[in-house]
Amino acid sequence: MSAGSPRRRRPIATAALVTVGLVLMGGLYAAASSLASPARAGTNEASPELISQGAQLYKEGCASCHGLNLEGVPADSTNKANPKVNGPTLIGVGAAAVDFQVSTGRMPVGAYGKQVVAGRSSYTEEETSALAAYVASFAPGPAIPSKEDLDTTDASLAEGGELFRTNCSQCHNFAAQGGALSDGTFAPSIDPSQPNHIWEAMLTGPQNMPVFNDTTVNPDEKRAIIKYIASIKAESNPGGAPLGRVGPVSEGLLLWTLGLGALIACSVWLGAKAK
Amino acid sequence: MSTTQRAVATTTTWIDDRIGAGKWLKKNLRKVFPDHWSFMLGEIALYSFILLLLTGVYLTLFFNPSMKEVIYNGSYAPLNGISMTQAYESTLRVSFDVRGGLLVRQIHHWAALLFVASVSVHMLRIFFTGAFRKPRELNWVIGVGLMTLAILEGFAGYSLPDDLLSGTGLRIAQGIVLAIPLVGSYVSSFLFGGEFPGTDFIPRLYSIHILLIPGILLGTLTAHLLLVWYQKHTQFPGPGRTNKNVVGFPLFPVYTAKAGGFFFIVSGIITLMSAMFTINPIWLYGPYVPDQVTAGSQPDWYIGWLDGAVRVIPNWETVIFGHNISWNILLPALIIPGIMFTLLALYPWIEAKATGDKSEHHLLDRPRNAPTRTGLGAMGLSFYILIWISGGNDIIAQAFSWSINSITWTIRVLLIVLPPVVFIITRRICLGLQRRDRDKLIHGRETGIIKRMPSGEYLEVHAPISEASRAKLISARESHYAPLEAGPSHDENGVKAPKKGRLGVKLSNFYFANRVVPPTDEEIAEGQHHAADDLETVRPSGQITSGH
Amino acid sequence: MSQDTSGELEKAQEREHELEHVLRRTDTNPRAAQRAERQVAIMFGLSMLASIGFVAAYVGISKTASINIPIIGSIGLLNLALGLASGLGLFLIGAGAIHWARQLMSDEEIIDERKSFAADDQTRAQVVEDFQQGAEESGFMKRPLIRRTLLAAMALMPIPAIVLLRDLGPLPETKSRNTLWRSGSRIVQDISYKPIRPEDIPLGGLVASALPADLKAIEEEQGTLNERAKASIILVRMAPDEIRSQQIQDGDYQGILAFSKICTHLGCPIALYQQRTKHLLCPCHQSTFDLADSGNVIFGPAARRLPQLAITVDGQGYLVAKEGFQEPVGPSFWERG
Repeated sequence: MSAGSPRRRRPIATAALVTVGLVLMGGLYAAASSLASPARAGTNEASPELISQGAQLYKEGCASCHGLNLEGVPADSTNKANPKVNGPTLIGVGAAAVDFQVSTGRMPVGAYGKQVVAGRSSYTEEETSALAAYVASFAPGPAIPSKEDLDTTDASLAEGGELFRTNCSQCHNFAAQGGALSDGTFAPSIDPSQPNHIWEAMLTGPQNMPVFNDTTVNPDEKRAIIKYIASIKAESNPGGAPLGRVGPVSEGLLLWTLGLGALIACSVWLGAKAK
Repeated sequence: MSTTQRAVATTTTWIDDRIGAGKWLKKNLRKVFPDHWSFMLGEIALYSFILLLLTGVYLTLFFNPSMKEVIYNGSYAPLNGISMTQAYESTLRVSFDVRGGLLVRQIHHWAALLFVASVSVHMLRIFFTGAFRKPRELNWVIGVGLMTLAILEGFAGYSLPDDLLSGTGLRIAQGIVLAIPLVGSYVSSFLFGGEFPGTDFIPRLYSIHILLIPGILLGTLTAHLLLVWYQKHTQFPGPGRTNKNVVGFPLFPVYTAKAGGFFFIVSGIITLMSAMFTINPIWLYGPYVPDQVTAGSQPDWYIGWLDGAVRVIPNWETVIFGHNISWNILLPALIIPGIMFTLLALYPWIEAKATGDKSEHHLLDRPRNAPTRTGLGAMGLSFYILIWISGGNDIIAQAFSWSINSITWTIRVLLIVLPPVVFIITRRICLGLQRRDRDKLIHGRETGIIKRMPSGEYLEVHAPISEASRAKLISARESHYAPLEAGPSHDENGVKAPKKGRLGVKLSNFYFANRVVPPTDEEIAEGQHHAADDLETVRPSGQITSGH
Repeated sequence: MSQDTSGELEKAQEREHELEHVLRRTDTNPRAAQRAERQVAIMFGLSMLASIGFVAAYVGISKTASINIPIIGSIGLLNLALGLASGLGLFLIGAGAIHWARQLMSDEEIIDERKSFAADDQTRAQVVEDFQQGAEESGFMKRPLIRRTLLAAMALMPIPAIVLLRDLGPLPETKSRNTLWRSGSRIVQDISYKPIRPEDIPLGGLVASALPADLKAIEEEQGTLNERAKASIILVRMAPDEIRSQQIQDGDYQGILAFSKICTHLGCPIALYQQRTKHLLCPCHQSTFDLADSGNVIFGPAARRLPQLAITVDGQGYLVAKEGFQEPVGPSFWERG
């Protein structure tokens, strides 16, 4: 075996191989994603300036977990700063995922727990769109919904309800108030969510939420669901205070405290000797 | 004779001539009812039941229990065009298209929650004060039956509107029926007229809900009340109250005004709640479809403990010779509740076995004076509350950001550990309180005044207690029992005595081995003598004026 | 025991008669009594107003009117008005009556003696005797033939009542073992009945409710509820290497797995799929199934794994069932095995 034989890899060759592998994987993922939603991938046109602004912001705020080239950083127990952080690759996640994660304040992560929770966004709207444009420029992925996408004027409210009860209520509760999942995770309330975020969440499946791309729940159906959520949120409660819309638990609690309490107070009054 | 008097006289004569009500009225018009706030708990139950009957009849005018599918076309826009059963559709119609219909529906539902809640609290009062003792054992059993019926009736009502939540509840109930060994599949198939959900069940449940169970409830409730009337109400110990009398207000006019007024109070408060708080917003749940579900699928509170038991049980199932025994369902849903209710119903006899007491009791126990009973009750209550909490584990997990898995495991452990601990602690507290009562009876109440004895010793001055508290404290004697002993085979006259069962002796020792003996008259007299001495020495300084 | 040692108790009773009845303000001060009278009347008067208000609200308020209340939000005005009016109407009658009873009716407690309801021994003996005489005269004990046949007849009597219940429903037969799924059944989305191509489902995706296409055919005739309660499935897609085990070898199609949506515990539909952990949680009793590992139970009261439906694609590229379910879906039953 002579020197320079292909079997004697040099470090630099290894690095190159890993890079090629990563890019290939990313490409495959992107391909899969684009397969999943071919019509919607990469429709957000972005100017080169916006992308370069995004690149800058990405380097400062995101690269430590998601890698300089969006390739992701595996969990590393030797990394003292973030031993458990597993920053997934962002290649092919699309602008929608970035917009959802960043503008709901889930990213960048503040505290690491069982689940990343929403909060105040650390970026302005413009910065968010720059980040989204930068990530989307790597590989096509689900796009941020346009105004037309979110126009629910023609959507069917009743169908939205049916779709909501079939696809959403099992985790997010019948009135979009959220619900518990296993091991301390939970499906958040969608009550305060913006239509664009609901759309993006369905499209990208953040964290443990499954992906409802445009073929499993098509855009018309998404609009119907969004319309239904907005409708039940806005509608008046004909029977009085809604008690959190979480079902019989809060009703029982109220009965045992206020209801029975008031009646026992009356009983005490009735039984006490007058002065 | 004034005109009113004449009118009354004419009326009573008319009635008396026909049905002979005169004697009855003479006896009962001034019938005495003792007053205590806790005696109103049963009345809350009675009045919410009456309210349930009234509102229930109104609801039947609009509700259609059919499972025939129709397309909704009504006032609630988000459901327009959706296919649903007539049961659900007519419930929507009562809620949105009948003025006041929603109010009546909400009164009906709140009253149902209150009915079972007040029955439960009423039962706790009866239990902890020993009102179930002779001669009221039968009424206790009737009460346990009433509570069972109330829970069943509530569940039937919850299941009628055929919304997503009620359908999910029925699905679970059907799963429980399926788990019954041997006949489960058959019973399920007969009940549902075939497979779940079918189209028969809601109409059938409807006749059960509006006819069968309310009929039995009404009959049993009447028997319950008649017995209370006939046996006369129990009373708490107090001055002048003995086991042989009943002290209180006459039926007419005071009790009539109070109890009659209280009916309006109960109805008023339920109606006010229905005005202000939504209950069971079926339009948000949507119609029942067997493959849809909502997070936080919960039953009403009174089924919560059963559902909670089903949630905490580990996944035990055995398959023997190709037959499944689902312990994970049978134990929490049928066997454990069956045992709990049987023990509850038999409790008066269990305790009577321990006391060996065959006399009548009309004077209520103060819970501290029956430490073992109170401990057992608290133990049972802690068990119930734990599985009840477990029934809301998902809502709790969500509200406090805890893990459902941890909650479930915590409750599993607590269910084994907590009840015995609660028993021991409660009994200890009761015994401690009894000791304090004993001291109070002997030495009088503590005044907080410290006196230095000539010997240099410090003593607290005690003052005599009031007549009212003396009567209350001395009632410990009524509740006191020494443990039974295995008796001699022959009594002092040489006649063969019935041998006390060993089980009874064991049970009696469990109940009464740990006890505080109430003071005798001599002990009290001596103690008072001392207290008087104390007072003598202090009074000149003018710090104490009287025992009151 | 209690009865014997109640010397002190009797003394307490004697003292009771000496206890003074504490008078109320309304007993001593006629003006206080007048004030109480007025208060009661005001309550009754307000109740009348409330009842009239109820009618006014019933007539005057639209069914869809709502009112915005801070914190609580927008609530229905009609329900609120009707409820407040009738609730106050009722409550005030009650409060007035009780106020009346407490302040103006005599509050002197009266005493009734309890009489034993038990008959004396002589009467009891007489009853036993009478009964025995009756029993004797009937010959119930003397004529065992009559006695036994009567008892047997009584024992059989409930049978017709039980038999009458037989036609409440058909025999269960094997219905709970069978679903509509057959080899080649096309898988369609719920609601839209659209067939599904494998490429429709993304990685991490979920079809929260899918059904056999044949369901549409029976809809008109018998409705779909019974079949939905058994045949409903969910589809999830994971990377093929994430699937650790399957109930049916190669039951997936390119990482797409189909499982029964009906919980094996008590039959709730489950679709709380957590795409990262691949866990499926039942919202009713929190049984948790690991879909990446044969749908096995990893938590909660369910005893059995979630049945898997083997799938493939048909000639036109749509997902179909390879075969029906290999085990009964849903809750356990005695004959399940």
